[in-house]
Amino acid sequence: MSDSQKKPNDIDYHSNGSLLNPLKSISFFARKPVTEPLEPRIAAERYRGFHVNDWEKCIGCSTCQKVCDNAAITMIRVPSQKEDPLNGVRNLRPAIDYGRCCWCALCVDLCPTGSISLSREYVHTCYDEQLDSYFLLPDPNGMHNQDYGLGWQKTDENDMIDHNRQIMSEISPQSRSDNFDEIVVGYDKQQAIIEASRCVQCGMCHDACPTHMHAPEYIRAIWQDDLEEAVRQIYRTNPFSHTCGRVCTHRCETACSIGKRGEPVAIRWLKRYAMDALGDEQVRKLVAEDHADASTGNSIAIIGSGPAGLTAAFDLAKAGHKVTVYEGLNKPGGMPRYGIPYYRLPADRLDADIDVIKDAGVEIICNSWIGKDITLDKLQKDNDAVLLSLGLQLGRSTRIPGADNKHVLKAVDLLNQIANGEKVKIPESAVIIGGGNVAMDIARSLARLQKQKFGNVNITVTAMESFDHFLADPEEVREAQEEGVVILPSRGPQECLVEKKKVVGLKTWAVLSIFDDKGRFAPHFDENDELCHDCEMIVEAIGQMTDVDLLGEKLTEQLEWQRGRLQVDKYCRTSQQWLWAAGDMVKGPDVVHAVADGHIVANSMNDYLKSLKTGKQKS
Amino acid sequence: MRPENYEPKHHPPSTEFELNFGPNHPGIEGNYALKVRLHGDTVVEARADAGYLHRGFEKLMEQRLWIQNIALVPRICVPDPSPMEVAYSMAVEQLCGLDVPERAQWLRVMQLEMSRITAHLFYFGGHAATTGMYSPMFWGVADRDLVLDLFEELTGGRVYCIYNMPGGVRRDIPEGFLERLSKLLDYLETRLPEYDNLFFTNHVLVKRARNTGSMTQQQALEWAVTGPNLRATGLNFDVRRDDPYLVYDQLEFDIPVEQGGDALARTLVRRNEMQQSIRILRQIIQQLPDIKGPIRAPIPNPLAWNVPAGDTYVRLESSKGELSWYVVSNGGQKPYRVHVRGPSAMHAVQVLENLSKGCRVEDVAQIMFSLDACPPEVDR
Repeated sequence: MSDSQKKPNDIDYHSNGSLLNPLKSISFFARKPVTEPLEPRIAAERYRGFHVNDWEKCIGCSTCQKVCDNAAITMIRVPSQKEDPLNGVRNLRPAIDYGRCCWCALCVDLCPTGSISLSREYVHTCYDEQLDSYFLLPDPNGMHNQDYGLGWQKTDENDMIDHNRQIMSEISPQSRSDNFDEIVVGYDKQQAIIEASRCVQCGMCHDACPTHMHAPEYIRAIWQDDLEEAVRQIYRTNPFSHTCGRVCTHRCETACSIGKRGEPVAIRWLKRYAMDALGDEQVRKLVAEDHADASTGNSIAIIGSGPAGLTAAFDLAKAGHKVTVYEGLNKPGGMPRYGIPYYRLPADRLDADIDVIKDAGVEIICNSWIGKDITLDKLQKDNDAVLLSLGLQLGRSTRIPGADNKHVLKAVDLLNQIANGEKVKIPESAVIIGGGNVAMDIARSLARLQKQKFGNVNITVTAMESFDHFLADPEEVREAQEEGVVILPSRGPQECLVEKKKVVGLKTWAVLSIFDDKGRFAPHFDENDELCHDCEMIVEAIGQMTDVDLLGEKLTEQLEWQRGRLQVDKYCRTSQQWLWAAGDMVKGPDVVHAVADGHIVANSMNDYLKSLKTGKQKS
Repeated sequence: MRPENYEPKHHPPSTEFELNFGPNHPGIEGNYALKVRLHGDTVVEARADAGYLHRGFEKLMEQRLWIQNIALVPRICVPDPSPMEVAYSMAVEQLCGLDVPERAQWLRVMQLEMSRITAHLFYFGGHAATTGMYSPMFWGVADRDLVLDLFEELTGGRVYCIYNMPGGVRRDIPEGFLERLSKLLDYLETRLPEYDNLFFTNHVLVKRARNTGSMTQQQALEWAVTGPNLRATGLNFDVRRDDPYLVYDQLEFDIPVEQGGDALARTLVRRNEMQQSIRILRQIIQQLPDIKGPIRAPIPNPLAWNVPAGDTYVRLESSKGELSWYVVSNGGQKPYRVHVRGPSAMHAVQVLENLSKGCRVEDVAQIMFSLDACPPEVDR
């Protein structure tokens, strides 16, 4: 080996050295000189130079700004970039103050999308009067539009984003397929805290949520194990949190910036955890802090006790108005109670939500149909304002031949009966028409009943959409298949086959296309690819509409309609001053949109009632 | 305005002359000052005057997330920044109970030893310059740059590597790195004899450095001297061997010791240490390819990371002496209190003040450089 193996003390401390020793360096005159070329030196491959930002990838989540330890990053709005809150894209882009930047590249390591990198460029000079040129907005072209190549960039090694969410445990298909027990078990405390810690607090979820829930705040509170604060944050915008914690369409998770490369933060399950973990009594106590302490003397009638109606009722009651909610069925809750099977949303969780709303002073009168038991005119006379939140309770029909048979049922009616505990004739085999979540709900509900009664499942779902464009959530489809439901995509129903007034099967053709060039519904079928599905019962789950008979002819004519849907402005006002309409009947089926509508209505009514008062005072 | 700690007790007698040595004196490394009272050319009293580079790191760290501090800590010591980030990461790991993967530990040792070489090359240059020889300085800085080139390849940064983070290191070695490191070590080994000729066995250095700034072992221990300065007084103690951290217990190396306790002994210890660092790096080049596995233990999202409450003390051997960190967490997202026990604060204040007394004024700079005190780290 070389010198390094010699004893370390190879210079004698006591030797005086020699004056001649340095002269040995004269040999350098005879050696080849070292010449450095004049052109700029190329930096190493992972050099941490000036920033480069791929604007196509960047979503403006400002995580780089949060982790920057010198506060060198400012988010700047770039109008040329698209702003798409529903998909979690903002037109903010990071600008770097190179007077502060220390090139630590934490912004790169923590970037959820991997858009920001450091380049191999490291020279920038300027005159005194251009000192602001050190404050730059990095774009894909680099600092001086010269391609130096990327230096430090995101790799698997230095990526600090955790892409995997905490696994949510579910009851196995074997043990869930014959009962209506809730499938999703829910997070325990440790899982919830770990899951909450994945959040980078970008607020994309807040922007995307129809009711703009304060998800970053409650996730942070869950992470700090401060459940009271979490529930407080949740109740700022959503009194249906048990419900939304289970069956929300979670736009928040679609927009989540962690979801750009990995699995989004499980925002819905975290909300559910916070609500369940705190306990119903605690939640009621906490929300009660915010109750009205004075009455305004106004009274409001709300028709329909679904999420839209009750959210508006909750807000209005908290503002001190007297609110009465009229519900035609025997329990409040609307579609979440009568349309969503218990294995997705147990009734007691919905009751917990409604109990909190009742606490605020909302009076709910069940079994009273407006138009039959009380007229709308009387409601208008007795109240200052009326809200229609009727929901979508009538199933649409395919109107194919044989669809008028009494064994061809509507999914909503059947779900309603099952939820109400009514006796339902359970068929040995059934075909569901439709590919949305309602079709999955009824298929899985019937499958459970079949399993209970016959011990096996014989349900076929025929959907017009292919699996690539399926309407139902992928997890619904997966779970339905696990439970034994057969799902046939791209099948268009043609005829309900009837023999001796009994349904014996459904004839379907293969679907070639559903929409025409202009995006209108105009299906094309392959007539040669015909299938007959034998069954005793056919269930149509192709959409719902609103029963608007209660309005009466005169009012119906006064209101504005488009394609059978009542038209409202952005404040959910109809053309009648005293009448609002909200929820599924104007926006289509979705709990969280209905909640958002409820808040809009409540604000709008508040303003209206205030203006009434000031108007009275003036007169 | 005069600094606060300057209190002229008595007007100096007419035979004495008061000299402000620094903070911008070319013989002083960094912004550091000595107030020297001279009688003729002889130093009667020297008072250290620190604080020109005070940036309040310990306080700053309390306001930054645990992860953000990794970009801050190397700046505590400019010539030898790597031990700072390693020590801070080790402290956080101890608080969290994080197990660092073995490969990361080897990479850290590699970084530390490379950093030791850069620091010593810098040191030779400094010491040479204070004895009037500038060629070793040019050589040292030029050779140091070659090591920095490798740092750039490995970590993306030449001086402030910011290569460590709690849990491990940020990137694995690039392709062909070990071969290039090996070549560089070959080169540095061929350079050592030339340094010897030019500097370490140069009669000019030996005559000036021997018996300059001498301290006994007893004095050194009393003044809290550590590292090469302590070993130059004959005490064989090195944290790497006597309280091993990372994978130093799996590596073979000798601890250079000299008996003189003066500037020459201190320089020779460092020269021999550099040789040992090369030896350690050779072993790493040999063994690193066989050590597989991750380079980083998973840590939580840095933006939502509470380090468990507690306190910890880590120490390691930096090129300047024993570097220790005391870190307290109250279970929050930021450190509650951090204290850096750097070696330079002792070397540059009480040791330098004492050693300067009685020596000639032209040797003051040499004493300071031979102690290898780093003003940025004194002030922090």
